[in-house]
Amino acid sequence: MRIAYTDVLVVGGGLAGLRCATGVKERGLDTVLLTLVPPKRSHSAAAQGGMQASLGNCIKGEGDNEDVHFADTIKGSDWGADQDVARMFVNTAPKAIRELAAWGVPWTRVRKGDHQAIINAKKVTLTEKDEAHGLITARDFGGTKKWRTCYTSDGTGHSMLYAMDNKAHEQEIKVHERMEAISLIHENGRCYGAVARNLMTGELVAYIAKATTIATGGYGRIYAVSTNAVICQGMGQAIALETGVATLGNMEAIQFHPTAIVPVGILTTEGCRGDGGLLTDVDGYRFMPDYEPEKKELASRDVVSRRMVEHMRKGKGVKSRYGDHLWLDITILGREHIEKNLREVKDICESFLGIDPAEQPIPVRPTQHYSMGGIRTDYKGESQTLQGLYSCGEAACWDLHGFNRLGGNSVSETVVAGMLVAEHISDFCETKESEIDISTKLIHKFVDKEQAKLDYLLAAKENPESPYPLRHAMENIMMDKVGIFRNEIDLQEAVDELEQLLIRSRNIEVKHKTLTANPELVNAYRVQRMLKLAICVAKGALERRESRGAHAREDYLERNDKDFLNRTITSWPDENQTMPTMTYEPIDIKTMELPPGFRGYGKDMTITNPESKVRQEEVDKLRQELEDKGADRFEIQDALLEYNSKLPECYRGKNERLWERF
Amino acid sequence: MSDNKARTLKISILRYNPQVPEDKPKVETYELEEADGMTLFIALNDIREKYDESLKFDFVCRAGICGSCSMLVNGTPTLACRTLTSKLDEDISLAPLPMFELIGDLSIYTGKWMRGLNERLETWIHEKEEEQTKVDANRLEERMDPDLADDIYELDRCVECGCCVAGCGTMLMKNDFVGAVGLNKVARYHLDPRDKRSDEDYYNLIGDENGVFGCMTLLGCEDVCPKELPLQSKIAYMRRKMVSMKDDK
Repeated sequence: MRIAYTDVLVVGGGLAGLRCATGVKERGLDTVLLTLVPPKRSHSAAAQGGMQASLGNCIKGEGDNEDVHFADTIKGSDWGADQDVARMFVNTAPKAIRELAAWGVPWTRVRKGDHQAIINAKKVTLTEKDEAHGLITARDFGGTKKWRTCYTSDGTGHSMLYAMDNKAHEQEIKVHERMEAISLIHENGRCYGAVARNLMTGELVAYIAKATTIATGGYGRIYAVSTNAVICQGMGQAIALETGVATLGNMEAIQFHPTAIVPVGILTTEGCRGDGGLLTDVDGYRFMPDYEPEKKELASRDVVSRRMVEHMRKGKGVKSRYGDHLWLDITILGREHIEKNLREVKDICESFLGIDPAEQPIPVRPTQHYSMGGIRTDYKGESQTLQGLYSCGEAACWDLHGFNRLGGNSVSETVVAGMLVAEHISDFCETKESEIDISTKLIHKFVDKEQAKLDYLLAAKENPESPYPLRHAMENIMMDKVGIFRNEIDLQEAVDELEQLLIRSRNIEVKHKTLTANPELVNAYRVQRMLKLAICVAKGALERRESRGAHAREDYLERNDKDFLNRTITSWPDENQTMPTMTYEPIDIKTMELPPGFRGYGKDMTITNPESKVRQEEVDKLRQELEDKGADRFEIQDALLEYNSKLPECYRGKNERLWERF
Repeated sequence: MSDNKARTLKISILRYNPQVPEDKPKVETYELEEADGMTLFIALNDIREKYDESLKFDFVCRAGICGSCSMLVNGTPTLACRTLTSKLDEDISLAPLPMFELIGDLSIYTGKWMRGLNERLETWIHEKEEEQTKVDANRLEERMDPDLADDIYELDRCVECGCCVAGCGTMLMKNDFVGAVGLNKVARYHLDPRDKRSDEDYYNLIGDENGVFGCMTLLGCEDVCPKELPLQSKIAYMRRKMVSMKDDK
């Protein structure tokens, strides 16, 4: 058995994992990064539209700052987000983008003078200021007050990931490719690393580290149709869950993106609508203004997705052999704009649909896109229950997004979380407490256990199961019963059926009896784990009898702040369980900077918590007092929600803007 | 697509598992009913599911973005995920991309090769040593001409799929040739004012037969590049630059 030692083990080579690895390396720690695929092929590369950071350089971003970004994020989350985390995030995002600019990302820049834009289906002329020329520009995205989404054409994630991976090359980060972490090594509430399987040779290797970070992205592939890459199967969350100690948060919080192409579910960026594209129905009619007169196509993602389904249910969808869809019409933007700023979208339309989006509308419908839930951590990125286990990016739920993530906040989060969590990990690794004294006996125990599981998958069985039928059954249950609109009957059926699939999955027999490179074997153990996650999602959705953000219950239309202003916490303490253990972590209104209110979409359907009003009055009073004393926005903010002491010192600085210098 | 009777595709795949000592390369043919909008991503997954779950291939984004799934489709290097079967004859041959280490069947180790290339060409922003201070990320970012940013992005779009390497004649004769992917990367950093390397630094990287002077201008690279990068003009540009360096020496 091979044992590899390092200070910090990072599992996952996307933006979050890479930024975390470079951060700890910079602090002088040894780090090894495990990844299923070459880092540059990670799903981060598929992020098209951009990264939110309140630089406020372009004219429609003027007046933007951390406070506006914070409010957008909290409202977007339907008050599910952790406000401390959101504050740290909005303060770090401008630094993250500027750092990436220095590392080589060719961000699209402001060009002084007039340019044409499409706003609300009308051509308008915007005039950019001379002094902003050459600074990083931004586009409009849903659910934001300002144009805040910085971009490189529509290949933002690609450019960020390449710059980030190149930085990792420069720092000589050890990257072990095609290595899959299949279990976490832990004892007495302390994580010591992971057992990893080499996907090319089948060899099991134990990686022992003071700190282990999971940055493996989301779990979208438990759904039959998802915009996610095929590797986004939630294995990071699953191995954390299988410790029986670490917990997952808000697994039922699943985002559906309004505009994935039909039928294959590939994303076309929100930038299409941000830049002025429209949603139309079977009659070519623009329907969003009827539902959301103010934000129209640029309402928050959860809202637009629901409105689209509602509209199709009224018979206004376009019939196709793959079911109903609607149109995303970007012809209004003109060929030049599309070929420059939406070229990936154009490529995708040409390759997968055989259409030219400058001439024809794109068939789209809402599709699984993002996992707000994940490994529950504190603001440092550390598991609340398993010391030494960290997580960042989409894999984690430190809880920036609550029940709905704003477009452009995910790539932003990956890098920001990587930066912050790397500092916290480094601080931890400098303490005596981080020292480990794990025995090779314990390491063996974990490796042997994984070996036995793999052997058992190959072993002959009576009435054996195959992984594919189980997987497809799961994917379809999630699509049909745990989708955009949810209800008690469907969810109960989903939970029951998934439980049966899980039980059956214990009897999988792999036909190709080799432990080396073997896609069938990989599929087998991943299906077993995906089923556990699927149950966590379905069960969480069943038990959350309210509608909040992307979690929409047809039988509980209200957002219920009285009973459900909390996070769903899921664990799996005994491997023989067929259902997760579920508890709830309250969200404290008393400490909120922005107490729960009306999000501004449709009718206000909130069952309010009396504490919200009390806190709102408190906030208003304090704000007024401080304003009267002439306090600036930073002093007022600090009085409402002190977060600076929790931020790593190196990221506490104020962000300079064109009109705000320090 | 028309509603006529679906075609039966005959997909022949070059199969070999180097992990198994007694295995010999062989071609296996699978018959598959074509579906509307079918891509090779869908077809290969169908084959794996219906015929042989041990079939190895690499897909990640399945949207033509990540560069994982390059292979020879009817002998031409391309991204399989965005290849529609409707654009091909009924008989389709698939083989792993040459020039790279074979993992098994259609799965190749491009990651290792590209990592080596990136380390060799140091494909990151080099600051001047005396200026190597940490970026002050609280301050306004350095300005960049908007056109220049666009031009850099144009070259930054490479997805390291390896198609240009597989389509390169020079590569067949010179194993250490950096390929169009490498020369494009150098052109990208050469264009970027944030990178302070001098022409001489670049000359030391690519000013030889394994670099820009090795290219025989067959331009298979540009023909097969799925991102339609301007490889021809960039190689020519770098060569002119490097020739002038050579003359100075």
